[in-house]
Amino acid sequence: MSITYLEAIREAQAKALADDPRVFIYGQDVGAFGGAFKATKNLAKEFPGRVLDAPISEDAMVGAAIGAAIDGMRPIVEMQFADFSTPGLNQIINQAATLYWRTQVPCPLVIRLPSGGTSGGGPFHSQSMEAIYAHYPGLIVMTPATAEDAYSMLLEAVAIDDPVIFCEHKHLYYHCKAESLPTEAMPAGKARIARAGRDLTIVAYSAMVQDSLAAAEELAAEGSEVEVVDLRSIKPLDTDTVVASVARTGRLLCVGEAWPWGGVTAEVIARVATEGFGLLDAPPQRLNSKDTPIPYHPNLWTVHRPTVRSIAAAARNLLRM
Amino acid sequence: MLQTLEGPEALETASTFREQFLQGFRFMVLARLLDEKMASLYRGGKIHGGVFLGRGQEALSVSLGLALKPGDVFAPLIRDGAGRLAFGETVLDAVRTYLGSALGPMRGRDGNVHRGYPRRGLLPMISHLGAMIAVVNGVLIGRRFRNVTGDVGVACIGDGATSTGAFHEAVNQAAVEKLPLVLVVANNQFAYSTPNSRQFACESLVDRALGYGVAGHEVDGTDLEACLKTSARAVAAARRGGGPQLVVAKLLRLCGHGEHDDAHYIDARLKASPSGRDCLAVAEEYMRGRGWADAETMQRFRQEATRQIEEAVAMVQREPAPDPFTENWCALASRHLSERFEAYPPVETL
Repeated sequence: MSITYLEAIREAQAKALADDPRVFIYGQDVGAFGGAFKATKNLAKEFPGRVLDAPISEDAMVGAAIGAAIDGMRPIVEMQFADFSTPGLNQIINQAATLYWRTQVPCPLVIRLPSGGTSGGGPFHSQSMEAIYAHYPGLIVMTPATAEDAYSMLLEAVAIDDPVIFCEHKHLYYHCKAESLPTEAMPAGKARIARAGRDLTIVAYSAMVQDSLAAAEELAAEGSEVEVVDLRSIKPLDTDTVVASVARTGRLLCVGEAWPWGGVTAEVIARVATEGFGLLDAPPQRLNSKDTPIPYHPNLWTVHRPTVRSIAAAARNLLRM
Repeated sequence: MLQTLEGPEALETASTFREQFLQGFRFMVLARLLDEKMASLYRGGKIHGGVFLGRGQEALSVSLGLALKPGDVFAPLIRDGAGRLAFGETVLDAVRTYLGSALGPMRGRDGNVHRGYPRRGLLPMISHLGAMIAVVNGVLIGRRFRNVTGDVGVACIGDGATSTGAFHEAVNQAAVEKLPLVLVVANNQFAYSTPNSRQFACESLVDRALGYGVAGHEVDGTDLEACLKTSARAVAAARRGGGPQLVVAKLLRLCGHGEHDDAHYIDARLKASPSGRDCLAVAEEYMRGRGWADAETMQRFRQEATRQIEEAVAMVQREPAPDPFTENWCALASRHLSERFEAYPPVETL
């Protein structure tokens, strides 16, 4: 029996609600309807009164979650799409992220962002917002790439005393599966070697881990051994594991589905360049989506973001440098 | 004789109201003099950043603090010094925050009006207007989850904040959830320099209550008696399950937006209008007319407030400022998840 990434998120929320009376879920259509993606399916029935439908008010949703967190609750806010977290941005970055530092009162809440592109999503249902949130001090940003991590990291997010931005990838919802739910897990802030190799390091997170693994498979057939590092959380970012991998391979390619400017890939390269410059045998490279809004038509969309093919091509180029 | 006819209950109520009025007046005096002291320290270059006075808003503000009880939630805004004091904030905390003392509630990390104790129900405002209303809603939702009943939340904003999306979202949210929220709009007629005519087009902001499906109250913000009665009524209605209450008070800001602002843009005719009355003078007149306090008593109130403020300032000026070398520079409660950038000393060396 296997469980999808989406089911893992649903199960993690069910467990959080069952284990901790402080947990409640708040978001648009999350109640009887079970959420736009069904990530809260049946939870309103199983936990009466603890899964609340919200008006279309992202600012007030997050603001109320902050107030409830101050009052000792552990809210989980579901944004219908990551893209719609921008109307709630002020509460997230100025209120939730600053509260502990200003007052020494923790702000334990989780904001779930259904992130990333699916075919036909277009400019406003496809965004990857992790870099924006990682920029602000006071937030934890998780980017699980596997169904196992989606489950264990969401439970960890609920337990953490700080606001956690939980970026769950919509493509992985259905395409990524686990044999069973994990009983133990690595903590946030620890990257995972998703595939070992000695010729080149690909650092990726979220859905790009799966595409990078597929690209590594292609390169293996050509005789190159690619190591794939899954960051798991981008804030905190596990610089040690990344630098150790680059020490083994001498070559670094960072892959992110988000836009290139000032993002996670830029941050990883900056860290390797400042802390492990001497380990590099070639200039570090990165691959991101194109610097335009996200297109609707599949012909444009599949070229806009990194793909198995473009990741493999970038890796081949880097191996030739 | 009349009093006898009304019965002992009415007598008791009258005497309680007189006590409350006097108590409110004393907090107003304390807030006004504290403001003046902060303004004077600001002009003397002793305060980093701005100073924001509540001059003209003390009657409304104090009435809110007095209407609340322990366990209630209060999210004051920049001109609510009087309400803060009535709710239980100390002069010392106000002075420590303005002077950036390491011993204050914000420890030099935030200043001036951005102070509070979230766990004690005094929420420290962020600068983004309207943003605190939903946070009060959230505390009230938390109480509901924990089966704590009878607590009320008061959120204060000005006329300018009624134009924000955050205001709209939060009032609507409170209405949908039927929360015991009292949302108080101090319409002081200017948002910084922007007059009401450029802020909203409805006749009165209280008309919005109908649209949101909440109760509305209007009050003359220069009149302490009216403020005490209206705030008490609104808070009581919320407390007994009447849902959100929108209180709109009309008054005039009798100072600049901050002490850096001379408010030259406020028309002299407005200052001479009824809403331009100084609520402190109005309250004094009211008490004199009823023989509740003579000039000597009022002088004593002022002297006591001044002494309290001077003692606090003298004490805080001797307190340590925050030390950048012992500051932990960590924004997270989960310190083990903190990023360790090279610009700062590693956490374990501290």
